Amino acid sequence: MKGRIHSIETFGTVDGPGIRFVLFLQGCALQCKFCHNRDTWDTTKGKEMTVEEVLAEIEPYLAYYRASGGGLTVTGGEPLLQTPFVAELFKAVKDKWNLHTTLDSSGFCETSKLGKLMEATDLVLLDLKQIDPEKHIWLTGQPNDRTLAYAKWMSDHGKKMWIRHVLIPDVTDSASHLISLGQFVGTLQGVEKIEILPYHEMGIYKWEEMGEEYPLEGYRSPTDEEVERAYNLIEKGKTQQLQVIK
Amino acid sequence: MAVQEKELSTVEHAWRSFKPGKWMKNIDTRDFIEENINPYHGDDTFLAGATQDTKALWDIISDLSKKERANGGVLDVDVNTPSTITSHKPGYLDKNREKVVGLQTDEPFKRSLQPFGGIRMMVDACKAYGFEVPESIIKLFTDIRKTHNQGVFDAYTDEMKAARRAGIITGLPDAYGRGRIIGDYRRVALYGVDRLIVEKKNDLKQMEVDVMTEDAMRLREELSEQIRSLNELKLMAKEHGFDISKPASNASEAFQWLYFGYLAAIKEQNGAAMSLGRVSSFLDAYIERDIAEGTLTEEQAQELVDHFVMKLRIVKFLRTPDYNELFSGDPTWVTESIGGMSITGKTHVTKNSFRFLHTLYNLGPAPEPNLTVLWSKDLPNNFKKFCSKVSIETSAIQYENDDLMRPYFGDDYGIACCVSAMRIGKQMQFFGARANLAKALLYTINGGVDEKLGMQVGPQFAPITSEYLDFDEVMAKFDNVMEWLAKLYVNTLNVIHFMHDKYSYERIEMALHDREILRTMATGIAGLSVVADSLSAIKYAKVKPIRNEQGIAVDFVTEGEYPTYGNNDDRVDEIAVDLVERFMNKIRKNKTYRDALPTMSVLTITSNVVYGKKTGTTPDGRQAGEPFAPGANPMHGRDQKGALASLSSVAKLPYEHSLDGISNTFSIVPKALGKEMESRVNNMVAMMDGYMTPDGGHHLNVNVFDRAQLMDAMEHPEEYPQLTIRVSGYAVNFIKLTREQQLDVINRTFHGKI
Repeated sequence: MKGRIHSIETFGTVDGPGIRFVLFLQGCALQCKFCHNRDTWDTTKGKEMTVEEVLAEIEPYLAYYRASGGGLTVTGGEPLLQTPFVAELFKAVKDKWNLHTTLDSSGFCETSKLGKLMEATDLVLLDLKQIDPEKHIWLTGQPNDRTLAYAKWMSDHGKKMWIRHVLIPDVTDSASHLISLGQFVGTLQGVEKIEILPYHEMGIYKWEEMGEEYPLEGYRSPTDEEVERAYNLIEKGKTQQLQVIK
Repeated sequence: MAVQEKELSTVEHAWRSFKPGKWMKNIDTRDFIEENINPYHGDDTFLAGATQDTKALWDIISDLSKKERANGGVLDVDVNTPSTITSHKPGYLDKNREKVVGLQTDEPFKRSLQPFGGIRMMVDACKAYGFEVPESIIKLFTDIRKTHNQGVFDAYTDEMKAARRAGIITGLPDAYGRGRIIGDYRRVALYGVDRLIVEKKNDLKQMEVDVMTEDAMRLREELSEQIRSLNELKLMAKEHGFDISKPASNASEAFQWLYFGYLAAIKEQNGAAMSLGRVSSFLDAYIERDIAEGTLTEEQAQELVDHFVMKLRIVKFLRTPDYNELFSGDPTWVTESIGGMSITGKTHVTKNSFRFLHTLYNLGPAPEPNLTVLWSKDLPNNFKKFCSKVSIETSAIQYENDDLMRPYFGDDYGIACCVSAMRIGKQMQFFGARANLAKALLYTINGGVDEKLGMQVGPQFAPITSEYLDFDEVMAKFDNVMEWLAKLYVNTLNVIHFMHDKYSYERIEMALHDREILRTMATGIAGLSVVADSLSAIKYAKVKPIRNEQGIAVDFVTEGEYPTYGNNDDRVDEIAVDLVERFMNKIRKNKTYRDALPTMSVLTITSNVVYGKKTGTTPDGRQAGEPFAPGANPMHGRDQKGALASLSSVAKLPYEHSLDGISNTFSIVPKALGKEMESRVNNMVAMMDGYMTPDGGHHLNVNVFDRAQLMDAMEHPEEYPQLTIRVSGYAVNFIKLTREQQLDVINRTFHGKI
């Protein structure tokens, strides 16, 4: 089976635990205005590779991944556009090397098709971009109902999750939004970690290279204090939710 | 008799409670270390901060550094006194505060005249910084006392001079000290100078041989010079108020005795690299004994280390701006090798290994001494983590693979300069800078005509005239050019080292060596990744040279894709491996001076910039004048699969064919090592363990910072007086680099996909 690959990174350390082989898949379902990998959107670009070819790229570095408690992360683009390929790849690295596997996704998919993939997935990174459906459409071009359903599915099926949220001042940092986000996360089982990803402008050049106008022109990165505040608001939301359950 | 008894008791007292061994009978520092050091497996929580005296002294140095920068790079020069071991009266920073004393001249930051390597270098350097060498001294070292430089040029052939001018061989130590010789300075502390003199006199006696051959006469003369220098060393110490004829009896004396040995060496020689060896764990034995006897506290132990390291930080040589272009940032390569394992399986990591690295906090980061960790998978885990933390926070240390080197060099070797391993006191090298392989490839295409000078430098053979370059034709001709280059190169080095021994012999450094030593002829290559990628382009894509009216290829048009070095792709990595082995084998074919063992390094220091400047456009698409990648690094931006793929390509280069070292400089943004400090440390340890397997990579410089920080430092140097970065094999103050070199560092690959 073949997958459509954007690129590989042999030394990834921020998408899951330890040192990781990060496979960037080509093609995305969303069109996030802050996307820092704009060049991964087009589903017809990239390079086709078989599962065996990807395994051969991973193999030389297994010692690094094992020694650091790392493994394989598949991201994109949107990896769930190529679910059968990722499922086969994850199954192969499990069978062959028992390597830790992480799926980094926006959750934009049909949950009915996740079964086989999730059997071989150790950790799910889920990017919750916006909790408000309308604003989600404005930011990403799509509603967030699928993403929320995906999160619920992971929770119901006992999957370990890291919830991530890109913090953009004036776009995704309102108190009410962050508290609602926390409330939602509070309903989920299996969340090991919440990571605020401070928005940065380092991906703008990719839009420019493609001759595209950058839609979030003029927005800035959050300060350390703003990141801290966001963590606190999400935590606050989480505890409120717990009280509701009681 | 009475006198002898007294002597015995002094020695007995100095060696009290050390574990006895054959080190007592013979000069054998390694055996002392094996028997007496205390491996440490704990963490860094025992470390002490800087004392008031340390801070006050460091303030003096910081202030002088500032003044030196304001003065254009050199604060003061004693132009009237050619430097020898005893030439200058003692100088001090603040006598009442210094626990380790001794400066190169009578004042800190005052540089000395070291004309034995070459008077012109001294005159030009003085002129460049606004000083003037008196006519009488110039006359002395021109008409009366011959220098190394003059000797070399007396013997150089026209071909050698042309190759030097064109820059196909560059950085040769023909106008200054060759360096890269490590005296076993520990011997001064362990045995005292008198015992060393006795041993050398015995050697001289042994050399009363039947036939006075040139070799025998030379050795007898050298031994006599060594004995003379040891007496001068004693005299120099005496002027500072110390009698170092007997062994050091406590930690404070051990530091001081050892430093005097080193100080004598740097007063006598302005070698390109004046490395220290492997002293920290040796000194730990004295510290442990004093602590056990209740005469030293941890704070005092750290203070000794801090004060010693401070002295190493202010070693200064007088250099011309040209020299600085090659070896940028005023480096001295006071390389100290830390850690590693014993061949018996115990670690050489002691508390003093931690203390030496801790100076980067007590005194702030600095490029010197060139702190080099000998990494082994068996190092204590706490030490591995501490090193990683220090790297992440200071970018000031480099790593070399002990598991790779130990089988060749045993367990008491040190690193000279950047990556050159040598058994301490038992081995030296004839430093040979490097040959420019990228230029050699262009000579192949252009029939030996230099692409920049337009003149015939190499042998006149038929240039390649086809429309597209054919891989087999290029390789066949390139092989011949390498054959020619290797021969010319070794012959040139033979001239240099013959003359260096004759006119600028390293008396005190060699006095701290055994009589019979191994000498290596240390050649080097530059432009490895440029040539590997060029050959890959020729082999896997179509490369068409664009020729000027003279027929010289001045540009190349490449059609199609080809693999580049740095992506763990065997198609091109094997080309790089072949180049290293092939050139080394050609070097091996040549007769070397004093039958030195030929070796090679893949190391550029900062000369990758100068080499690039002197080399035309290459078939890999590198434009004329653009820098090469440093050392064995892949070319900037061509390593597309991340750090591990890049490291794997470099690790394939065969150490057995590059025994003088394979340098790799790794830059990563902090965020790309992990999110929290703990995961950054763990990831770096795993990365080092993965790279430095027993058949893995040889060397790694680790830089952890953001490009933005460097750009800010270029604009506001005054705010970054201690910003330290690793370049090929050593560290520099970023703000002391030339602007070109700063840009080169900024343009290198920074690992960390966003």
